[in-house]
Amino acid sequence: MTSASPSLAPVPSASTEPSAFAEISQETLALTRRLFVQLARRPSTLVAGVLQPLIWLVLFGALFANAPEGLLPGGISYGRFLGAGVIVFTAFSAALNAGLPVMFDREFGFLNRLLVAPLRSRSSIVFASVLYITSLSLVQSLAIMGTAALLGYGWPGGAGLLLVLVTLLLLVFAVTALSLGLAFALPGHIELIAVIFVANLPLLFASTALAPISFMPPWLGWLAALNPLTFAIEPIRAAYAGSFRLTDVVLVAPYGSLNAATCLAILAGLAAGLFLLIRPMLDRKLT
Amino acid sequence: MIELQHLSKRFGGRKVEPVQALDDLSLSVPAGSLYGLLGPNGAGKTTALRILCTLLAPDAGQVQVAGVDALAEPRTVRRLLGYVAQEVAIDKILSGRELLHLQADLHHMPAADRLARTAELIELLAMEAWIDRRCGSYSGGMRRRLDLAAGLLHRPRVLVLDEPTVGLDIESRATIWQVLQQLRDQGTTVLLSSHYLEEVDALADRLAIIDGGRVIAEGTPTALKGALGGDRVTLRVREFSDEQEASRVRDLLAACHGVRQVVVNRAQGYSLNLVVEDSGVVETLRHQLAEAQLPVFALAQSRPSLDDVYLQATGRTLSDAELSVAGRRDLKEERKQSMR
Repeated sequence: MTSASPSLAPVPSASTEPSAFAEISQETLALTRRLFVQLARRPSTLVAGVLQPLIWLVLFGALFANAPEGLLPGGISYGRFLGAGVIVFTAFSAALNAGLPVMFDREFGFLNRLLVAPLRSRSSIVFASVLYITSLSLVQSLAIMGTAALLGYGWPGGAGLLLVLVTLLLLVFAVTALSLGLAFALPGHIELIAVIFVANLPLLFASTALAPISFMPPWLGWLAALNPLTFAIEPIRAAYAGSFRLTDVVLVAPYGSLNAATCLAILAGLAAGLFLLIRPMLDRKLT
Repeated sequence: MIELQHLSKRFGGRKVEPVQALDDLSLSVPAGSLYGLLGPNGAGKTTALRILCTLLAPDAGQVQVAGVDALAEPRTVRRLLGYVAQEVAIDKILSGRELLHLQADLHHMPAADRLARTAELIELLAMEAWIDRRCGSYSGGMRRRLDLAAGLLHRPRVLVLDEPTVGLDIESRATIWQVLQQLRDQGTTVLLSSHYLEEVDALADRLAIIDGGRVIAEGTPTALKGALGGDRVTLRVREFSDEQEASRVRDLLAACHGVRQVVVNRAQGYSLNLVVEDSGVVETLRHQLAEAQLPVFALAQSRPSLDDVYLQATGRTLSDAELSVAGRRDLKEERKQSMR
């Protein structure tokens, strides 16, 4: 025991306050670091997260390996068709689970530690989750793309890779925001897991991940053409097919044809909308 | 330094019967003092502290810390405050040092200061031996010390602690007491809640006794106890008496000169609590009892304690209050409220 030194440093006045950007970066990076330290010490999430989509790709790809030639639009093989779906679905699932750690922080009281700290912006909590999940999704996606290439399903190429990256970032941002919103709105982790469980597979089946719209009855086609997953899958699929011009039509929906730029714009709008929607929830925790 | 004015807070409503956690509670903590909030579990201590720390909004009332309105400028107040919660919130996967570094970043401390300050607190709270182990392996005392370090990291002007020593080993408790006193001596305002009488009695410069969501007594421990006057006597004629005998003894005692406030304590085998003006009265009592052919199983005499202050104000002892409150609380609802 030595002498305590509470060192009553004066509270900085508003004029000497460091920039908002510096403070938000510091908060966000610290929170992101925590998530990565957790991952490094409990790598099972990462291992399972990489293995699962690979199993999907191998098994699902094999399931339709002997489908008749020319069954799919453009005459591509089912494995090549499936790659984009698995990438997007993997990123989507990871992002949908992003709220779980926050929910556990709520339940164990750790979130109080964040809420009594003078965070410059509570959006830092969202940004940290987005950074973490996006990095994780990229690792998973690269593993999927590498495996797909080895299985002979092709490789999107440099510009295509960039398109994949941007698309995933937008989707992950939107879904992470949604999941964090649920983590604040729902009473506990049981309810959150239930919502995730119910949302996950139906959104997969009602998208173009596993089959093109032309295979679907009209009602399902409509659902798939409104499903955010579809807006992420189709540009990536186009990139795989060798097309990465943003003006190329990538989705022929019952309501009209959409090009890649429109799909990305829809995803961006969704991400912005959901972020703005959950912002008040974060702030309400303050009062 | 801290001003709580006319705070009210009600929990529950739709499904469960609402609980008035705070009922027009007002409190003023002078700068540089060590201030105790004493009250049974469920008295509203935690609710008051959570409102002070901007985790909860009151239904009505004002909160000021160092002249800053906590409801209007919560972020400024968060910078002034260090909060050590009742339920220790740590991340099991991180080491203690990593947790302190995270905390430092959440308070926007520069890197050099962060390292220096962490080292300082590790030494102060004697945490060197285990600070780099994962928090999941810590004992209750270690966790509490780490949590205290986290609360002190940014050099708050006001340190708020909610039941800081509940369930702690003696060594950890002594460490925490010592640190709190040092902090106070060096100018930090310390506000702690406790339902341990002796803790508040030993530590606090001033205290407020809270019951049913309002302040029922306030002052320095010496003044509060001194105001009661006289000595406390607990008398048991047998180990287990009955009501009839107890009331007989009560009538006998009440008739004695220099005796007041004779109360039958049913919860403790019909023992009798009374106040005597001076020590000589006790001898008179012994004679009276012997004449009435009543035995004396136990007779204890003491100076007034804070429990007597509580008893005087509420008509029950602190431990009895805890028992009666335990049945009325809706723990599920409280947990929901504390989950943010």
